[in-house]
Amino acid sequence: MLNITMKINGKAVSGTVEGRTLLVEFLRNDLHLTGTHVGCDTSQCGACTIHVNGIAVKSCSMFAVEADGASIDTIEGQENTDGSLNKIQQAFQDHHGLQCGFCTPGMVMAAADLLQNTPTPTEAEIRNHLDGNICRCTGYHNIVKAIMAASGQDVSAIAAE
Amino acid sequence: MPKDSGIGTSPKRREDIRFLTGNGKYTDDINLTGQSHAVFARSDVAHGKINHIDISAAETMPGVLAIFTGEDFADVGGNPAGWLINSRDGEPMKEPKRPVLAYGKVRHVGDAYAAVIAETVLQAQDAVEAIKADITELPAIVDMEAALAGGGFVHDEIETNQCFDWGWIEDNRAATDAAIKAAPHVTTLSLVNNRLVPNAMESRASTADYDRGTGDYTLYTTSQNPHLTRLLVCAFVLGIPENKLRVVSPDVGGGFGSKIYHYGEEALVLAAAKKLCRPVKWTASRSESFLTDAHGRDHVTKIELACEKDGTFIAFRTDTMANVGAYLSNFSTVTPTFLHGTLMAGNYTVPNVYVNVKAVFTNTAPVDAYRGAGRPEATYSLERVIDKCARELALDPIELRRKNFIKPDQFPYASAAGLEYDAGNYDALFDKLEGIVDFGGFKARRAESEKGGKLRGLGINSYIEACGIAPSNLVGILGARVGLYDAATVRVNATGNISVMVGAHSHGQGHATVFPQVVSEMLGVEENSIEIVHGDTSKIPFGMGSYGSRSLAVCGSAVVRATEKIINKATKIAAHMLEASESDIDFKDGKFSVSGTDKSVAFGEVAFKAYVPHDYPHDELEPGLEETAFYDPANFTYPSGAYACEVEVDPETGKVTVESFTAVDDFGNVINPMIVTGQVHGGIGQGIGQALLENCTYDENGQLLSASYMDYAMPRASDLPFYTVDHSCVTPCTHNPLGVKGCGEAGAIGSPPTIVNAVVDALHSGGHTHVTHIDMPVSPARVWSAINS
Amino acid sequence: MYNFDFVKPLNVADALVALASEEAQALGGGQTLIPTMKQRLASPEKLVSLSGISEMQGVDISGNIVTIGGATTHANVALAGAFEGLTGLAGGIGDPAVRNRGTIGGSLANNDPAACYPAAALATGATIVTNDREIDADDYFQGMFTTALEDVEIITAVRMPIPQVSNYQKFEQPASRFALVGVFVAKYADGVRVAVTGASENGVFRWSEAEGVLSTNFSADAILGMSVDSSEMISDLHGTKEYRANLVRVLTGRAVSSAS
Ligand SMILES: Cc1cc2nc3c(=O)[nH]c(=O)nc-3n(C[C@H](O)[C@H](O)[C@H](O)COP(=O)(O)OP(=O)(O)OC[C@H]3O[C@@H](n4cnc5c(N)ncnc54)[C@H](O)[C@@H]3O)c2cc1C
Ligand code: FES
Ligand code: FES
Repeated sequence: MLNITMKINGKAVSGTVEGRTLLVEFLRNDLHLTGTHVGCDTSQCGACTIHVNGIAVKSCSMFAVEADGASIDTIEGQENTDGSLNKIQQAFQDHHGLQCGFCTPGMVMAAADLLQNTPTPTEAEIRNHLDGNICRCTGYHNIVKAIMAASGQDVSAIAAE
Repeated sequence: MPKDSGIGTSPKRREDIRFLTGNGKYTDDINLTGQSHAVFARSDVAHGKINHIDISAAETMPGVLAIFTGEDFADVGGNPAGWLINSRDGEPMKEPKRPVLAYGKVRHVGDAYAAVIAETVLQAQDAVEAIKADITELPAIVDMEAALAGGGFVHDEIETNQCFDWGWIEDNRAATDAAIKAAPHVTTLSLVNNRLVPNAMESRASTADYDRGTGDYTLYTTSQNPHLTRLLVCAFVLGIPENKLRVVSPDVGGGFGSKIYHYGEEALVLAAAKKLCRPVKWTASRSESFLTDAHGRDHVTKIELACEKDGTFIAFRTDTMANVGAYLSNFSTVTPTFLHGTLMAGNYTVPNVYVNVKAVFTNTAPVDAYRGAGRPEATYSLERVIDKCARELALDPIELRRKNFIKPDQFPYASAAGLEYDAGNYDALFDKLEGIVDFGGFKARRAESEKGGKLRGLGINSYIEACGIAPSNLVGILGARVGLYDAATVRVNATGNISVMVGAHSHGQGHATVFPQVVSEMLGVEENSIEIVHGDTSKIPFGMGSYGSRSLAVCGSAVVRATEKIINKATKIAAHMLEASESDIDFKDGKFSVSGTDKSVAFGEVAFKAYVPHDYPHDELEPGLEETAFYDPANFTYPSGAYACEVEVDPETGKVTVESFTAVDDFGNVINPMIVTGQVHGGIGQGIGQALLENCTYDENGQLLSASYMDYAMPRASDLPFYTVDHSCVTPCTHNPLGVKGCGEAGAIGSPPTIVNAVVDALHSGGHTHVTHIDMPVSPARVWSAINS
Repeated sequence: MYNFDFVKPLNVADALVALASEEAQALGGGQTLIPTMKQRLASPEKLVSLSGISEMQGVDISGNIVTIGGATTHANVALAGAFEGLTGLAGGIGDPAVRNRGTIGGSLANNDPAACYPAAALATGATIVTNDREIDADDYFQGMFTTALEDVEIITAVRMPIPQVSNYQKFEQPASRFALVGVFVAKYADGVRVAVTGASENGVFRWSEAEGVLSTNFSADAILGMSVDSSEMISDLHGTKEYRANLVRVLTGRAVSSAS
């Protein structure tokens, strides 16, 4: 067993894991941060997307020990300090960018990753950036629209309610 | 002034907050104290005789608590098919037992023959590896035609691989044959409706608990309809008294049909929990989902369309083989029959329709209803052959459809395939489509594409479907083993807020937001003071769950009926409070008033009175304000639509890109336009997925080739365009109180033929006129091969 | 997944010591190895993470040579912008999260027949630098999932001569988004190199006939009438041999057009 410490959503956390414990298992099973989901076992769906030291990674494809000493952000830490939804989360709600909600934490984290480097992405840039995030419910229309809106772009011309 | 709440508005979804902040509660998020874990031993051959399963080494492995094999369930019941289909000769379908764990034989790759319960998942996995299964591999039965020809049998005891040979409508057969024979023009098309894996992003999971003190079981499971699961487990499989099993289906990450059904894993964790007196948890890996979730579609069809030279339809005849896989899943027999054959007249006044469907057992995973369920198969066959016919007769595809449409003044219309369509206006849908899509500019856009070396195609399509499943009387006659009503309880609490217990289950459809809009509109109370309760058999009266676009049409109607009862009772209480006669009470905007006076009481005051019944007419009224209604629909509902898309084909690589997609649907009245639009988007995404990407394939040995996202192509954001969606053409449903039809499946039904029609159109424009059809998925490789064949 | 020991050495020497024990394996970004271990298809007893070794990180451009540390992520290679073909290739691997973890060393060591980097390495005539030798790309790739690497050998760096112009064309396999076929074209003063991935049962290969023609006439038209032998191409769910052979020609033409 290995001792690890890391910062999760700004809070110091420590734990004891096996080498094979995946980061997502540590989050979900040990820390009960169940907002990060598992949708596949081949590293493709992105439901498990979180940020490690500020960049998006698939927490199902990284061992917990590899995150020793890292600073981690998950969906549970995305709200504004006053508890309100942040601008990406709010845009997802405003534009109906989620249905069953299962892919949503990964989508929000992937969107945040995109916007920190590309503050005003084009439609194509958004769609490409989501290549590793599968949603079965929305047909992506409203997700793409929500991310455009979150980046401050006028989305009124994009069809839909 | 536009309304800002209630029916017809788009309040933001209240459930979003928990999903967006990581606070959703899905089955795998639930952990019970002392829980143990189940892992299944699954067959790696498609077909094999089980000689012996040696668990002795596995039993002694660390952490192992119990091991089950098929023998442990030999004496319990099988998981039944929900619908009895009779063959053309009157013989009932063949219905081999579907056991909890495979017994005697394994019948598809992934078929579970044993289960290990251990302290941890990893220990259970290790023990599964230590199970020695002596299984003699048998030749796999994979191809449907070969399966029907005989040789080996998936189920030896029935001595055939044919489940049934169904004719619809058998009495129309001779007339249809004669009409086709005599027709001036017949268009024939052979096609495959490709097999799909539903792929809800949350994989299946079940956790069972057993209370030794009370004998009560609790099952947390990923279900679209917890009551049906309870019924199947109790009445058919394990024989647990229904009042001793609570089924909870918490947040569910998508279903699309695959979570309607009861699966053996649910029975296993229940039995194990009882044996161990400990909670037992199982969560499928995605790999397990690919192998064991009920798949969808998988039809091989020949369709003939007979018409006059001017395109007037005379007859449609289809001949279909439908794969049901290795075992009959719960809806597997109704999907290729009544949900398919009855729609084969489409939106048309065709006088003769005959549908033949042979259901075939194979050594593949069970096949069952997947978003659209039977109706996409019907629409695809019909609308592809109509498109081909238009090309053969050099008719405009829209004109050909319009020429044969049922006209608005013909409703109610008895279709040649046996349904009575209550309302519709198909010409209006096309008028709308022609208003939205710039068909006139297509030539210029095509020329522009050609400059870039691409071929551009325009596809159009029309569909009708039957939703709001289903009138119990009718389905009973047709072989259903359950009723298909739904139920709701409206509970007005003493302080005026309201809980609505509904039998529908939301796994993305937004019921928590939509149902309150209905109740709020009727009672004049704030939407936010109304809470929806669903997914727990201990809390809701009863329900048949959500599938077949039925939530609002059936369960929503039950909500309306229950709310009407509330208004009735509250009116009586108000009359008493206002010392007026009941007939003088008006109820409006949440206020009861005595007509012609300024005397009134608010709804909240009435509710309070109901629970604090000092000064209350106890001889006339019971205290409390809670009402339940069961609603059984009088007919199906019939959404319809007109779709168009443009695609670009790269003739060098065969790659198809969807440039635009427009869907005009008639869903009847719309309660929440935002959510309806989202449902259509999702359906289109899946439909384009079926048309261009998704392909569930087994090899000749019954090995699943597309067994992960490495080989099963899921549509991604970069595969899809923005869609234009309209639902302003409304012909309200005539027989339910809200006038609603259902919108959940439309996109998945209407879009596949639209896409394929467009691809064929593109190829023709490039001179590849020998290509009359390409089977889905219309992958780059297939398009390229078609061009170069 | 089976359990294992985990070590994270800070230099190559320590990594080699750790790897010397039986059943030890290097861990790069884990984007291939972890999914493989989940399926229980790999079961190392010790994983030696290379991510802590600073000498294996980063992209250095000096003169006409770019040197990429063996543990450099795809995202960082894309960011470095060394030359067009390489930047485009690295930025097109998988998805952003995969690019943030996966490494060039891991990709080249794995030599998946559908992977992208092998095409770049072969087309640029790269030198694969390991802890104790330098291997020419032409000698390094030895068929699907097979390379010249010895058991305990780490790719510490990859050196690529920077081409005059270059381009990578990837036609994605619709499910995995790996290359159904990928073609890397690199033009140097002394000739053109064309490397093809995804297509052949023997893994990445050079299309020498096209190289010859393009070296005298670097235009897409020059290879219009050419074809590759389809007999050794991969045939699977996503495309036949013939289809892949066609893609090789089409993508080579497009790479040339985009590179010129
Ligand atoms: C969803 C997804 C999509 C992908 N798409 C693509 C794609 O489009 N194109 C593409 O090319 N690849 C793709 N990949 C693969 C990806 O690029 C991997 O990152 C890469 O193949 C392996 O690199 P790694 O650093 O993750 O290696 P690991 O997974 O850590 O290791 C792979 C193998 O290499 C060995 N190894 C690792 N580093 C070294 C080293 N420095 N020296 C010697 N041996 C080493 C390991 O022992 C192991 O055997 C994709 C992967 C995923 C999950
Ligand atoms: S769980 Fe699917 S990519 Fe991580
Ligand atoms: S909202 Fe259900 S998977 Fe995306």
